[in-house]
Amino acid sequence: MSKEITIAAQNLSIGYPLTRGKRKVVHASLDLRLHAGEVTCLLGLNGCGKSTLLKTLCGFQKPLGGEILLKGRPLSSYSRGELSTLVGVVLTEKTSAGGISVYELVSLGRYPHTDFFGQLKEKDHSVIAQSLDAVGIIDKADRYIAELSDGERQKAFIAKALAQECPIIILDEPTAFLDVSSKIETMQLLGNLAHNQGKSILLSTHDLDLALRTSDLIWLLNSQDPLTCGSPQELIADGAFERYFNLKINPQGSIYSSLK
Amino acid sequence: MRKHTATYTVLILCVLLLFAGNLVYGAVQIPLRSVFNILFGGGASEKATWTQIVLQSRLPQAITAILAGASLAVSGLLLQTLFKNPLAGPSILGISDGANLGVALVMIYFSAGSYLTTIFAAFVGAFVVLIVIILFSRKVHSNVMLLIIGIMIGYLASSVISILNYHASADKVHQYVMWGMGDFSGVSVEKLPYFASFAIAGIIVSLLLIKPLNALLLGDYYASNLGVKIKRTRIIILLCTGVLTAATTAFCGPISFVGLAVPHIARLLLGTSNHKQLVPVTILSGSCIALLCNMLTIIPGSNAILPLNAITPIIGAPIIIYVIVNRKNIQYFN
Repeated sequence: MSKEITIAAQNLSIGYPLTRGKRKVVHASLDLRLHAGEVTCLLGLNGCGKSTLLKTLCGFQKPLGGEILLKGRPLSSYSRGELSTLVGVVLTEKTSAGGISVYELVSLGRYPHTDFFGQLKEKDHSVIAQSLDAVGIIDKADRYIAELSDGERQKAFIAKALAQECPIIILDEPTAFLDVSSKIETMQLLGNLAHNQGKSILLSTHDLDLALRTSDLIWLLNSQDPLTCGSPQELIADGAFERYFNLKINPQGSIYSSLK
Repeated sequence: MRKHTATYTVLILCVLLLFAGNLVYGAVQIPLRSVFNILFGGGASEKATWTQIVLQSRLPQAITAILAGASLAVSGLLLQTLFKNPLAGPSILGISDGANLGVALVMIYFSAGSYLTTIFAAFVGAFVVLIVIILFSRKVHSNVMLLIIGIMIGYLASSVISILNYHASADKVHQYVMWGMGDFSGVSVEKLPYFASFAIAGIIVSLLLIKPLNALLLGDYYASNLGVKIKRTRIIILLCTGVLTAATTAFCGPISFVGLAVPHIARLLLGTSNHKQLVPVTILSGSCIALLCNMLTIIPGSNAILPLNAITPIIGAPIIIYVIVNRKNIQYFN
């Protein structure tokens, strides 16, 4: 594979410190790679450490062991400011942003690029407009965040991440709570961003079917085994889904065969 | 900004009008022309008592109201954004009560306390409560629970104050009770520069915080991802609210509801939570409300003056009730 590696880690141990020097290790040895121009889906059952892994890769929490290389440099060597122009995030967190407009939300994505007072220059306005256009909600620019549907809100936050102009975008369950059409739209949008703009996109999801259809690479995580990486076809041929989820999947890729 | 020019114009006019109103209207009736003469014409021909009242009492009182209203309102806004809770405020979170307790200790035990000792004590008290609230905010993630903890801390401080009062002499208790009713007239011309420097410093810092405050609307993770140094920003915000609340409480007494209600007035006026407009409009609205409340303490046609804390809830409480009842239709709650 000749594509640029944007994030790499070897023997990564994730978890969080408890009181009195004790630590809760969620996963002990992870090897992973993220490529530019690809959509990577992180799949795994609840409680296997998906969120912890994403938070560690975003730099929100420190790894317990091992090292993450971001564009070839240790993640820990980046300052908050430098990171904010490299990794953009879309989270499931509840925000208090209901009272600002979509345009104002997306303009917050320009935070790392604006001056001390956050004045938007001509370039910032054009990046914001492009980001709104890319996710297809430019007609909603003046609406309050509180007035948006779940799907539109997700798009607005993706536009915020785009306005940040980061080569890497990490999304925590961006399709949760969305209806079917919004799910498909969101995944298509992420696919376009990766393939046309060369972004590295990593998202966690529970939508196995959608992940198989739309991602270039899949990371499979459960609490015991090492992280398995591969294209959807490779992983199906390999029987990896069967092992990870105790499911039967036929080579055509239908996840429903186990129900028959 | 252009969209809100009308709001700014009206608010600035209101501040000027109410400021003038505060100079003209008072317990002692002074004709408008005489007030004008005293302020701009040297007032040599006017009665000495009138000159004294306008220059030594009404003028500093009106300036104090402007600064105190702005300080309390903006610290309420900072706390609401920081705790992601539109019902936070310096009096709700017990910060005012902390300042209160500090002042009570100084007033009752060190009777000769100068205003600098008082403000120091208020600052220590406010800051102790702030630190306690921060410690709890790490353990307690529900904002409602955190508010209730703040209210409980307030009760604790009040009960300590009651115990202090029980042991104090009658005149000291009287002095403390009078201070506790809230009053903009306590700041004399000599004290005004001290109060003004604390208040103006805090207000300037809050204006410099506009950019990170907007990022904090998205929550700590998003803000941190945008490059905000969360810990440092939080400490600056808390220090700023601590200074503003403590200074106002020390000089004017514990004034309720301004910090809680004014940010809502500002949001409803503007229709946005964007701090670029919200911070300045909150400051201006706070000054307006404080000047208005100060005028309302004077009962027309009599010499009596009502305590400030009898007036502020009459304006503040209905706003909070309105906001809570209509929260489903108010964007910033959702």
